[in-house]
Amino acid sequence: MVNLIWLGMIVLSFIAAAATGRMDELTKAAFDGAQTGVTVCFGLISVLVFWMGLMRIAEDAGLLGKLAALLGPAVRRLFPDVPKDHPAIGYIMSNMSANLLGLGNAATPMGIKAMQELQKLNPDPKTATPAMCTLLAINTSSITLVPTTLIAIRMNFGSANPAEIVGTTIAATAIATGAALLADRWYRSRALRPPHRSDPPAGLPRTTRAGRSRRPAEEPLPPAAGGSGRPPHAEGG
Amino acid sequence: MYALVTTLSAWMIPAMIAFIPLYAAYRKVPVYETFVEGAKDGFGTAVGLIPHLVGMITAISMFRASGAMDLMLAAVKPLFERLGVPSEVVPLGLLRPITGAGSLAYTTDLIKTYGPDSMIGRIASTIQGSTDTTLYVLTVYFGAVGIRRTRYALKVGLFSDLVGFVAAIAVCMIVFG
Repeated sequence: MVNLIWLGMIVLSFIAAAATGRMDELTKAAFDGAQTGVTVCFGLISVLVFWMGLMRIAEDAGLLGKLAALLGPAVRRLFPDVPKDHPAIGYIMSNMSANLLGLGNAATPMGIKAMQELQKLNPDPKTATPAMCTLLAINTSSITLVPTTLIAIRMNFGSANPAEIVGTTIAATAIATGAALLADRWYRSRALRPPHRSDPPAGLPRTTRAGRSRRPAEEPLPPAAGGSGRPPHAEGG
Repeated sequence: MYALVTTLSAWMIPAMIAFIPLYAAYRKVPVYETFVEGAKDGFGTAVGLIPHLVGMITAISMFRASGAMDLMLAAVKPLFERLGVPSEVVPLGLLRPITGAGSLAYTTDLIKTYGPDSMIGRIASTIQGSTDTTLYVLTVYFGAVGIRRTRYALKVGLFSDLVGFVAAIAVCMIVFG
């Protein structure tokens, strides 16, 4: 689906630019966009380097494990296939709390660390696991208690009550997060079910087209067919 | 509530920066060496994200500059007008999932033009605050660990953006309407 959206944006841009005679702008936009991408990454370097250093201290001191044990039960229900007290749960907790408090520049490094920990549990490193999809769902709907940037902007333009949107934002974000989690659950349960007989077996043109991954493509992930909730490669900690 | 949370936010990071090394030192962790060791990963992760972000932001930038986005918006605007929703906020629904900076700029512009306490200003603020930039989050989080097959993650993200957009409009029209 990412491939489709990416291609769609580029092709539609080309057609629209051709129709409206904005080819020069399109070329400029392409290279400006590329430059923005690099700039954004450079901006991320300082934040990532700093937080990953600090979080490594927290991990080595056993703080993340403590956090996971303390606040984990609720989060573990969202991530049934991550082993209990795995550092990933600690990072997920840190990521969610940072999001909640609106600490955007701390939330991203912790989310990335959580992804890297989840990747260690992943039997197929090129394919997202259900736990990764859940983490992403939580982050794309962004549970924030106080949208600080917005309040600052509203103050700036002379709002009589800059914080009046806090309530509506929490309501909307709760609905969006709820919808994301429900959709995630639905897809997750579908992904765990055995494949239908009518699905084309691996090796038919539809799947070989991918050609990048050497393993038989489109194979459902093995984890957690049942209650144990642990992927086969996950043990060791 | 608002004051409490903003105070908490202001204290949170300094408190963490002080508390984590202190606790680690108590647990006999060599704090500085550990910091440097962990920080090394940060650089590689950030640099590794460059191809992902360049690819995505280039496409988004082209999409906006070519006028393709305006055409799509023109197509859906009449629908919203029939529902009584101020059509000025419609572009946000499309901008929000694809570009954080772009949608923030658009929100700021709406607040400036129509006033922060207008219905448009309130709806725009709520939309901007209630969801995150799905394409960016997906690119960064999956890019950082080299996930190629994202499975249903994007569908879930875009679905929740849509729900959040509709919910923001509905909640604002009920609360402030």
